[in-house]
Amino acid sequence: MSLWTTVLLASGLSFALKLAGYVVPHHVLDGPVLSRVAAMLPVALLSALVAVQTFTSSSGGLTFDARAAGVAVAITALLLRAPFLVVVILAAATAATLRALGWG
Amino acid sequence: MLEPPLSDRRRREILRQSLSVGVATGAYAISFGALSVTAGLNLWQTITLSALLFTGGSQFALVGIIAAGGSGAVAVATSTLLAVRNGLYGLQMSRLLGVSGLRRLAAAHLTIDESTAVGIAQTERNGQRLGFWATGLAVFVLWNLLTILGALLGNALGDPKVFGLDAVAPAAFCALLWPRLKSGEARAVAGVSAVIALVVAPHAPVGIPVLVAALAAAVAGLLPPRDQAGQVNVSTPPDGEAAG
Repeated sequence: MSLWTTVLLASGLSFALKLAGYVVPHHVLDGPVLSRVAAMLPVALLSALVAVQTFTSSSGGLTFDARAAGVAVAITALLLRAPFLVVVILAAATAATLRALGWG
Repeated sequence: MLEPPLSDRRRREILRQSLSVGVATGAYAISFGALSVTAGLNLWQTITLSALLFTGGSQFALVGIIAAGGSGAVAVATSTLLAVRNGLYGLQMSRLLGVSGLRRLAAAHLTIDESTAVGIAQTERNGQRLGFWATGLAVFVLWNLLTILGALLGNALGDPKVFGLDAVAPAAFCALLWPRLKSGEARAVAGVSAVIALVVAPHAPVGIPVLVAALAAAVAGLLPPRDQAGQVNVSTPPDGEAAG
């Protein structure tokens, strides 16, 4: 498979999946189980994204570096009801400062 | 169902959230652009991936597999498996957006982790729509522009670590997750999901751990509800569920 075929086939299939979500009749989603799954799905995905993006290296191995400190500061800021922008800026500043000091 | 228009304060709040997520996510596109050209894709193939595939996990997985010498078929399969979650997001967003025709095609294309997360995190129906579209467009514009930048500059600017930008995405996801953790059930799902993702991560391609962890949500959905002292609460309206 040529690189162009790979690029275009993956793109086409991705769009087909996204569109499928919009064209499936709504009553399919009306079941109580699906409603509950749909409500819990973002919780599970966001939590998994936080875990993976905080604690794994690019090769997928577990690691503990400046990102963990950044996220810890972000959670502290959330506990103190800081606004969204402050939360993410504090996380970046924490990670950048620790790296500048030679850790993580 | 008609809702009063959003207050200016709420509008600004949602737009600021959308832009923050757009900037945070866009920063990763620099890495993607650089990674893609070093994997052997040319500038136009890299640009096409960001414009048409437009889902970060799938894009990183696809070029990662190509870089490691994997076949095109495996790259497509992995990319597509990762994109399944966007179909599930589409199911949710189609109920909130109520779009048809060209707008539906545009909404489908912009249906990714970030736009869905910001959209459903809002409490008002108008806010959910604004959050979805604003975040989707912000991410799309910045993701594509910064992909080009990354591809042109290659590895020289491919390391967002110096500015701590790699801590921004998980921090942003924390902030989006936060208001959804009010019930004990949600906190349990979040905890189990994070553990599953980390256990799977060393043994699975990029993006798969997150998909596997989504099974925690499916299992939680199949268990009988246990909130509100045994009262069965199954008919959660779409407006209510986003309030978490």
